[in-house]
Amino acid sequence: MAADRETTAAEVDLTGQVCPMTFVHAKLQLDRLAPGEAITLILRSGEQIRNVPRSLRDEGHRIEAVRKEGETYRLLVRRGE
Amino acid sequence: MSVVDFTPEQIERYARHILLKEVGGAGQRRLLESSALVVGAGGLGSPIIQYLAAAGIGHLGIADGDAVELSNLQRQTVHGMSDLGRPKAVSAAEFVRGINPDCAVEAIAERLTAANTRDLVPRFDVVLDGSDNFPTRFLIADACWLEGVPLISGAVLRFQGQLMAVLPDGASPCYRCFVPEPPPPGIVPTCREAGILGAVVGVIGTLQAVEALNLLLGLGASLARELLIYEASECSFTKVRRARDPQCPLCGENPTLTDVAEHEARCEVAAEGPEQWRGE
Repeated sequence: MAADRETTAAEVDLTGQVCPMTFVHAKLQLDRLAPGEAITLILRSGEQIRNVPRSLRDEGHRIEAVRKEGETYRLLVRRGE
Repeated sequence: MSVVDFTPEQIERYARHILLKEVGGAGQRRLLESSALVVGAGGLGSPIIQYLAAAGIGHLGIADGDAVELSNLQRQTVHGMSDLGRPKAVSAAEFVRGINPDCAVEAIAERLTAANTRDLVPRFDVVLDGSDNFPTRFLIADACWLEGVPLISGAVLRFQGQLMAVLPDGASPCYRCFVPEPPPPGIVPTCREAGILGAVVGVIGTLQAVEALNLLLGLGASLARELLIYEASECSFTKVRRARDPQCPLCGENPTLTDVAEHEARCEVAAEGPEQWRGE
């Protein structure tokens, strides 16, 4: 199964948030997962997609897939240890 | 409390904490579930109270038996003109309620004594001492040690401030390793007598709050074995090592002090002490 086709139990639309709240909410969502569990985050182009993936990696999480759909991006993020 | 229990307002309020790798949602939850006792709602107490309330400490006890005076307003920033004559603990508690409803504040508008201190101290995760007299300092320090509660102690006079943490962890020095007994009366002036550059209390009190937050977040207390000395006239910070004293009457090999009630009788001195360690 290709990574970008994996479905996750949770999908969170963060397109309505304004940075830095986007990352705050993303971080709290990842907090809810057990290590190794994955979640799909939906981000806008621009500041969100530029900043949030890097910040998540800095926290130790893994971005396993990114799929662009129009003006939004679907990220498959796996919680780090 | 799990992350799902943060309200949208809390997520927005504590966003700058949650962003920090060392804090996150888990750290903020710890703060919301923590308790701190602030002894003295005066110069040192003001920044302590402000920053702990703002940080979201879940339960804040404020102990002060004094009333607000005009000369306090030179530096005691939780009080205002409309608080003159009011109990400081009550005035400070109102300040807290005005900035953070997450902080359940308890105003203890009475002097600390041997009778009430040993019951009060163990109800809290940490005690921050900003008192202005040696009897209270020793009472609090002894009670914290005997009850196993961490103490963050600050003191100021003129242009200088000092700060230390006392952790009852079995390895770090206690307060009496540093100052074994209250000094004789007349040796050291109080801020009332010698003066204090107002903003110095802001420096030391804020550092006390930071040290307490680090401790509550599980990041350690960096001043557990050191004394921090701040000299405002040159904006210098110096750290001095503090050692455990094997002869210490409180934590030494043969401790003679095992109860707070005993200490109060010995602490019947005027509110003065060594210049290195005064309150306010």
